[in-house]
Amino acid sequence: MNGSRWRGPRNALILVAALVALWQGLYWWVGDVALASPAATLRYTAKLVTGESFGMHLFDTMRAFAIAFALSVVIGLLAGFWLGFDRLSGDTLEPMIVAVYAIPKLTLYPILLLAFGLGLSAKVAFGVLHGVIPIILFTLAAVRNTKPILIKTGHVLKLSRSQMVRWILFPAAIPEIFTGLRVGFALTLIGCLLAEMFASQRGLGYLLMTGIGLHNVELIMSVTLLIIVFAAAVSVLLLQIDLRLHRRV
Amino acid sequence: MTRVAWYRLLVVAGAIALLEGLCLAGAIDKITMQPPHLIARDLYRMLVSGRMNGAIMKTLSNTVLALGLALGVGIVAGALLHRLRALRDTLDPLFATYYAVPIFAFYPFFIVVFGLGDLPQILIAFMLGVVAMIVNTLNGLDRVPVVLLKTARIMQLSPIDTALRVTLPSAAPYIVTGIKLAVAYAFIGVIGSEFITSRGGIGYEISFAYTSFDNATMYPLIVLILLASIAINAALSGWEKRLLAKRGMR
Repeated sequence: MNGSRWRGPRNALILVAALVALWQGLYWWVGDVALASPAATLRYTAKLVTGESFGMHLFDTMRAFAIAFALSVVIGLLAGFWLGFDRLSGDTLEPMIVAVYAIPKLTLYPILLLAFGLGLSAKVAFGVLHGVIPIILFTLAAVRNTKPILIKTGHVLKLSRSQMVRWILFPAAIPEIFTGLRVGFALTLIGCLLAEMFASQRGLGYLLMTGIGLHNVELIMSVTLLIIVFAAAVSVLLLQIDLRLHRRV
Repeated sequence: MTRVAWYRLLVVAGAIALLEGLCLAGAIDKITMQPPHLIARDLYRMLVSGRMNGAIMKTLSNTVLALGLALGVGIVAGALLHRLRALRDTLDPLFATYYAVPIFAFYPFFIVVFGLGDLPQILIAFMLGVVAMIVNTLNGLDRVPVVLLKTARIMQLSPIDTALRVTLPSAAPYIVTGIKLAVAYAFIGVIGSEFITSRGGIGYEISFAYTSFDNATMYPLIVLILLASIAINAALSGWEKRLLAKRGMR
């Protein structure tokens, strides 16, 4: 029992150690011009994070990300519940939403830029475009797969549509919806960062592109490291909650 | 056609008609977007004149290369990891969090290491696709019924025969799911990185047209990519559905 509880963290630790070792090995192989060593990257990261302009970039990215994720959740849940409830619109629109998921969405970004202008709103719109789709699809599936007996019980109790959502569908669908939110969280972040990498003057994505322009390897690697560590850490946390929710049912 | 398919067509036609109306009425100005019928005309002219053929070929060949690598490496790695339980357990956290990490963040780093050629784009597309392939191969191999493997052993099939006649066909629906995802990711990886910075390809042409306010090139190219990725996705989804139906899984 004790063994299984520690297996997860132990595997993660081994994995992180292996990746750092791989990085160091690669550094010895290619050398200083193209790669910064783990130690040098950490030193530079510490300097970068305590520097003055970093706060502004981080704030900008996080603000766009927070707004985009909030919008994705609201739109995604509403659309997901509607499409899950209404069989006909669900059947009609679901394959189309799946198709949008497979599109290289970066190509749509110029349209968003033209429509919203350069700045926060285009970034947010791009984040929402990425994040809302998994939330819709998971919510839709969750609502559809609710056990018929629960819905019948609701009908017997003569619940109204809103009561049905509040007391039956929502609690039953929570684990699936949470999976959608987890995936949506990651994709929204990716969307916001991509938007910053193309046509933007602020944010972590912009910082990455400046790194290319200046050929500043340490800057590129530090920002990449920060983004990856943040994304991986949040995702591990959400995955734990996700697994716990699924186990409960 | 089924009723739902008609509705779908109606939704798409309605959306296009709405855009056309808004553009013609001037609610969407010309600088933002051209009316759909002009986009269709421009796309037709562009394809007939062949001036984008070079870009299209470049994007396609890079995508196919990345896809081939992702499929080959993904299936082999999946099959190996299926045997090596300990390694698989160790890599599990990586697979679980992989798609939460913005793989495109590696692109600047690859440019610095490999230069601004095709290689960074192919690598990004490969990295995006390969894990979907590995995970789905593992998924498929996990679901091969034990009774089939026992039958193969009773028939004294060689390992290669077992793989070709039992394991692979049995895991096929999941492998096709992996292929479908890998195709989408390879496309996204190549076009996305062309778009961020590169020296050619459809993504590059779109970003170039955007920065020079050339809507007559930008919109037709965007529509071309949308049509291509939707068509490919629909074809692969159809294949996946047929395989699942054959197994009675849907």
